Amino acid sequence: MPKITFVQPDGSRQDVEAQTGMTVMEAAKKNLIDGIEAECGGACACATCHVYVDEAWQQAVGKPADMEEDMLDFAFDVREASRLSCQIKVTDELDGLIVAVPDKQF
Amino acid sequence: MVDQTGAVPQGAEQDIETDVVIIGAGPCGLFAVFELGLLDIRAHVIDILDKLGGQCAELYPEKPIYDIPGLPIVTGAKLTDQLLEQIKPFDPVFHLNERIDALEPMADGRFKLVTDDHRSFITKVVVIAAGGGSFTPKRPPLAGIEAYEGNSVFYSVRKMENFTGRDILIVGGGDSALDWTLSLQPIANSITLMHRRDDFRAAPHSVEKMRALVAENKLKLVIGQVKQLHGDNGQLERVTVKPKDGEELDLIANCMLPFFGLTMKLGPIAQWGLNLHENLIPVDTEKFQTSQPGIFAIGDINDYPGKLKLILSGFHEGALMAQAAHRIVYPDRKLKFQYTTSSSNLQKKLGVK
Ligand SMILES: Cc1cc2nc3c(=O)[nH]c(=O)nc-3n(C[C@H](O)[C@H](O)[C@H](O)COP(=O)(O)OP(=O)(O)OC[C@H]3O[C@@H](n4cnc5c(N)ncnc54)[C@H](O)[C@@H]3O)c2cc1C
Ligand code: FES
Repeated sequence: MPKITFVQPDGSRQDVEAQTGMTVMEAAKKNLIDGIEAECGGACACATCHVYVDEAWQQAVGKPADMEEDMLDFAFDVREASRLSCQIKVTDELDGLIVAVPDKQF
Repeated sequence: MVDQTGAVPQGAEQDIETDVVIIGAGPCGLFAVFELGLLDIRAHVIDILDKLGGQCAELYPEKPIYDIPGLPIVTGAKLTDQLLEQIKPFDPVFHLNERIDALEPMADGRFKLVTDDHRSFITKVVVIAAGGGSFTPKRPPLAGIEAYEGNSVFYSVRKMENFTGRDILIVGGGDSALDWTLSLQPIANSITLMHRRDDFRAAPHSVEKMRALVAENKLKLVIGQVKQLHGDNGQLERVTVKPKDGEELDLIANCMLPFFGLTMKLGPIAQWGLNLHENLIPVDTEKFQTSQPGIFAIGDINDYPGKLKLILSGFHEGALMAQAAHRIVYPDRKLKFQYTTSSSNLQKKLGVK
């Protein structure tokens, strides 16, 4: 099972086990990660599941699709590394993925 | 009738007297119009959104829903359209862009509801179909922003005059941001539009107009994000921004309009003296009535053992609520159970006979 690390704004880290096929947001919710709100339940309709993908992982994770890029307009402090975690599917290739949770979702 | 806020001067109108007021025009509120209509009860429907359909219309108009009985696949927008067609024979009165702020029982057993625009409804029955609460503009998580709200920071424009001669910063890339940039530009002292990327979701013709104004130096466009607000006593003076390519800088602005979409907040419902449980309204499962007789709650906003926040549950709740509402609206009339398939009486109401 792929492992995902969530880094909180204070630097604390939580490792969670994810299943392939689920989204990074679902892995976060299942493990009660702070700061991932996911108000819309993963429909790419709320931008409250915003994360920053660790630099080393950006290529593997890839860029947001158009719909996600539009939705990122509703997130706060959007950066190059920004993704909506409900739009990242967990695969075996993403075993070890590190994402940072923003200071504040909206 | 669709009512535009601000069009009616305060106090110029009589109270609206009616049998039922439905708070919320989401799918469950809309279908309640149908179930009430079959029982000869006409409803006024109020929603703070500028459109009908609640979450389906605001959050996922283009996404497919797969669990509406009899509709194997339907988008949020299409479901809303179909519901509107279905309830058309009952001629509901819609009041959009209005929020119900107050709800109070009156001495004669009816209820008085007051909107944020100070309009009043007097009604025998209230149906709260408020979903996750009022759709409310998102507040950017900037330190101290609350202090500026209402004075220098606004999430909507109610009166254009208030913006005359001001140094305005508009933030966002959708239709609201672009439309207000274009409308306020002629009356502002200076105007800046800021968006995180040089790509706009707004309608292409607005984007073209915006770019033309930039080319004429009548509008400043900054690609970047807001970092910090500066000012005193609720009066904004400067805004620190981080341009996409470049160092942080300060913009002069005494007024900011952030457009980051909407989120659902319970809102005024908490002040209506109803029992609440974790921001939901407990109801019985016979009538879907709240702790206050005559006030019902259906759809996502209610709570009872086994509740599922599904559209289809809200439809069922509306049907049972309507039976109970009938007893209040027409205490002397006997209710006869009828099918739409075979009752000529119902078919007449539906306009199919
Ligand atoms: C992305 C997404 C996908 C979904 N998919 C499905 C699905 O596949 N199947 C399914 O069954 N459900 C689905 N849902 C859930 C479904 O949308 C809700 O169950 C449904 O919208 C609830 O309807 P409602 O009428 O109770 O309230 P809502 O649709 O939430 O509408 C409530 C309305 O009331 C208004 N309001 C609240 N308070 C006030 C006030 N004081 N004054 C004026 N107006 C007020 C609000 O502005 C809002 O417009 C989904 C939801 C989301 C977000
Ligand atoms: S959960 Fe709403 S956009 Fe990801």
